[in-house]
Amino acid sequence: MTEWDCDGECGVSYDKDAREIMMAMQTYERLDAVERKSKLIQGSTGGWEIVIGLEVHCQVLSKAKLFSGAATQFGADPNSQVSFVDAAMPGMLPVINRFCVEQAVRTGLGLKAQINLASVFDRKNYFYADLPAGYQISQYKNPVVGEGEVLIDLPGGEVARVGIERLHLEQDAGKSIHDQSPDHSFVDLNRAGIALMEIVTRPDMRSSEEASAFLKKLRAIVRYLGTCDGNMEEGSMRADVNVSVRKPGTALNTRCEIKNMNSMRFIVQAIEYEARRQVDVLESGGTIKQQTLLFDTKTGETRPMRSKEEAHDYRYFPDPDLLPLVIGQAWVDAIAAALPELPDAKKDRFMAMGLNAYDALVLVAEKETADYFEAMLAAGADAKAAANWLNNEYFGRLNKAGLSVLEGPVSASANADIIKMVGENVISGKIAKDVLDIVWAEGGNPRSIVETRGLKQVTDAGAIEKAVDDVIAANPDKAAAAKLKPAMVGWFVGQVMKATGGKANPGTVNALLKARLELPDEG
Amino acid sequence: MSDLTELTLAEARDAVAAKKVSSRELTAAFLKAAEQARTLNAYITETPEIALAMADASDKRIAAGDIRPMEGLPVGIKDLYCTKGVKTTACSKILANYIPQYESTVSQNLWDNGAVMLGKLNCDEFAMGSSNETSAFGNCISPWRAKGSTAQLVPGGSSGGSSCAVAARLALGATATDTGGSIRCPAAVTGTTGIKPTYGRCSRYGIVAFASSLDQAGPISSTVRDCAIMLKAMASVDAKDTTSVDLPVPDYEASLENGVKGLRIGIPKEYRVAGTDPEIDALWDQGVAWLKAQGAEIVEISLPHTKYALPTYYIIAPAECSSNLARYDGVRYGHRCQDPKDLIDLYERSRAEGFGAEVRRRILIGTYVLSAGYYDAYYLRAQKVRALIARDFTEAYKKCDVILTPATPAPAFGIGEKVADPVTMYLYDVFTVTVNLAGLPSLVLPAGVNKTGLPLGLQLIGKAFDEETLFRAGRALEVAAQFKAKPEKWWSV
Repeated sequence: MTEWDCDGECGVSYDKDAREIMMAMQTYERLDAVERKSKLIQGSTGGWEIVIGLEVHCQVLSKAKLFSGAATQFGADPNSQVSFVDAAMPGMLPVINRFCVEQAVRTGLGLKAQINLASVFDRKNYFYADLPAGYQISQYKNPVVGEGEVLIDLPGGEVARVGIERLHLEQDAGKSIHDQSPDHSFVDLNRAGIALMEIVTRPDMRSSEEASAFLKKLRAIVRYLGTCDGNMEEGSMRADVNVSVRKPGTALNTRCEIKNMNSMRFIVQAIEYEARRQVDVLESGGTIKQQTLLFDTKTGETRPMRSKEEAHDYRYFPDPDLLPLVIGQAWVDAIAAALPELPDAKKDRFMAMGLNAYDALVLVAEKETADYFEAMLAAGADAKAAANWLNNEYFGRLNKAGLSVLEGPVSASANADIIKMVGENVISGKIAKDVLDIVWAEGGNPRSIVETRGLKQVTDAGAIEKAVDDVIAANPDKAAAAKLKPAMVGWFVGQVMKATGGKANPGTVNALLKARLELPDEG
Repeated sequence: MSDLTELTLAEARDAVAAKKVSSRELTAAFLKAAEQARTLNAYITETPEIALAMADASDKRIAAGDIRPMEGLPVGIKDLYCTKGVKTTACSKILANYIPQYESTVSQNLWDNGAVMLGKLNCDEFAMGSSNETSAFGNCISPWRAKGSTAQLVPGGSSGGSSCAVAARLALGATATDTGGSIRCPAAVTGTTGIKPTYGRCSRYGIVAFASSLDQAGPISSTVRDCAIMLKAMASVDAKDTTSVDLPVPDYEASLENGVKGLRIGIPKEYRVAGTDPEIDALWDQGVAWLKAQGAEIVEISLPHTKYALPTYYIIAPAECSSNLARYDGVRYGHRCQDPKDLIDLYERSRAEGFGAEVRRRILIGTYVLSAGYYDAYYLRAQKVRALIARDFTEAYKKCDVILTPATPAPAFGIGEKVADPVTMYLYDVFTVTVNLAGLPSLVLPAGVNKTGLPLGLQLIGKAFDEETLFRAGRALEVAAQFKAKPEKWWSV
């Protein structure tokens, strides 16, 4: 047996009692979740509830494959990252990559799941050209991670719980390429042997929105953990979607599995289509046959896989080349102790700083966004002001430019400087936006920009008084009219701001005008 | 020196180290012997250029006084071991032209210990057989003949090329592998000595897999001492095989002459099997007497699940084989059929053409026992029985240190005699398969000849990783048996 324990510095302890209490609480709270209101789809016989479970394949972030030392970089030349083991040469043996196991354990902990200290690798036998050994090494009966759960955030601030049934490690297959030659197929084995985590949920989702929210949350968690890059376009996250429908409150119906989805948008479409299809079948007196489906992205419809594509007897049995995987509790505890803060905890912490739930949610949805926000705080920005600024100003500009927060041209410290200047009454909110535009376009230090371009807010009462007096003197008729119609003060404010280049403190201008025009101070 | 090929491996080692003979002279003598013995079909690939280059390199080291444990000693390699740049076929048509770009750990260990490669040795296809008759490159022929007969006999299997090469003095020693008896059966019927070490003692990396949980590498050589020297050189823990075990490899030769005084020898009553050649039963009794005479204590033991060993083996081994051999699909290397019309056709014809009848039979049996609906009744139950068989040994070793049994139920049989009936062929492994199922070490050595002059062997079974005691007890039997018989050299051209 392979006994793995943390090496050396294992002094970190993990509070087991706390974890048990936490697990117990989750079990209790999950009961509540089942009672939440479902979105129903309407058929001729009334409302139907959609029941969704997911099997998500996440490519493990690791430089080397699960059972060989070959590299895993995306986009390399075909068959340039293939070891003798990956190509299933005679006499080659798999050797487990410890780091991939660590990543799986880390993910399991992030899913608040049970970590199984003993697990078994099995062979799943089937023939295909891109499966070199004729079997895939997977974990069938004894996965490395057991029950856990994920909280998902729904519109309207509702939080739902999705149970995790298991997480297991397995190898990816290679890639068959059929469109390069009229009479040949090609095989690229770069992907063969790359480690995948298959995460299986309970059938706990009740709408396509919930499925999508789950995937987004799972993606955020694995990205926070650094265990998967969550890149669906490159296929590092793919999902098989199980869909069934039922009358609310009745037993689960037969499900269909939509295979190999790698776009959030198509997953939503596929669920909607498939649920509607099943309702139509049931309402016209038919029965749902359990089958495997493919989603046609062109037609937006699901269709059954050819029976040949699914008629497999995989003949699972324990891989005799690999001993049972035994890991030490101390090692698991060390990984747990070093776990980064995850979205839920971060959201709670941000809310404790005074952010509202929505702002906090937006900020924690992507690790990079949360990191950016925290960098602003580290640079001395006020939390609420920073959240408002990002959500109302900066992210809008990023979206418009099609840039991610990492690609954006303005650093967190620059943004922090801008809102700090607003807080210090150095610039007005309006000027702040102008400064942002300047930094965005030209770069530079916001404080020196404000300094050199004379954007500082004028708080000198004398200067403002003079501007106020000048404007009143130049417009005697309007001043007389304003005495009758106090709302006209707004026009004077505009004129004074114009005269001061927007740098006058609007509050001071307002107060002075009212005094000079002898208007009542209504606040 | 008169005939260099008559030296034992230990004698040759001492002669080379003493510079009485050069590795080149020794190697050339064996190459010549191999060339003259082609009719036996022991070598399916001879590598004289490699052999002489390795010998010359060894001679340089010897001249420099830098001598490794097997410096300059020519050996043959079973064709199941991948050898870098040298064709490795597993004696199957499906790998007929396969040249690995890597070296098996065990053969690499031998080269690192100074050994010289003479060539690749015949065996049953993918090591599936007990007579070397399933080889795609023709059966290997035993150098032994029954007195007064010219009938060809089998050299045992699957490591028939290895046993034949040692018995006919075509190599000082040979590597072999043992999944259900493939080292011990050929040793027993050719008057040679072989040891299947504990599962995990030798790395399986680079050895073409038959049944992963049972396969184990080991040597066949002329004497117990020769096997001790070779196993020491072959064994190691290996990061590339996680089933290899990280335990020190003792100097087996050092404890060889320690004798059996006080050693408790277990005699399992279940090994009195109906149908065993009476001469073999008698030899077994003789073996007991020899050990007792040297001060060993004889203990009767019971291994109650022995009778289930063969059926258990013929479920587990084919199950693993069916999966292990799935990689030979005509896609990346090996035999590919002509003009496949689609992928399924490519698989079906490449595999049907590439695999022989016995391999196909075992793939079919293995696929069947793993199939949905049959898994529990066959594979799962077999695994449970396997655990019981292993437990039998654990219990027995509370009462004894080593177990003595016959090696095979009969002496060598004639070529073609059992081909038609696979079950009688399978029965030939009745005394050996239990050891693989339990993962234990086991040594077979020649202990006498039958009335027609054919060699008969005895088997010693040890505790896990206690090869030392096996070698000690084996040496004691060897001394008592004084086995001197040699095959008449009828084959030499």
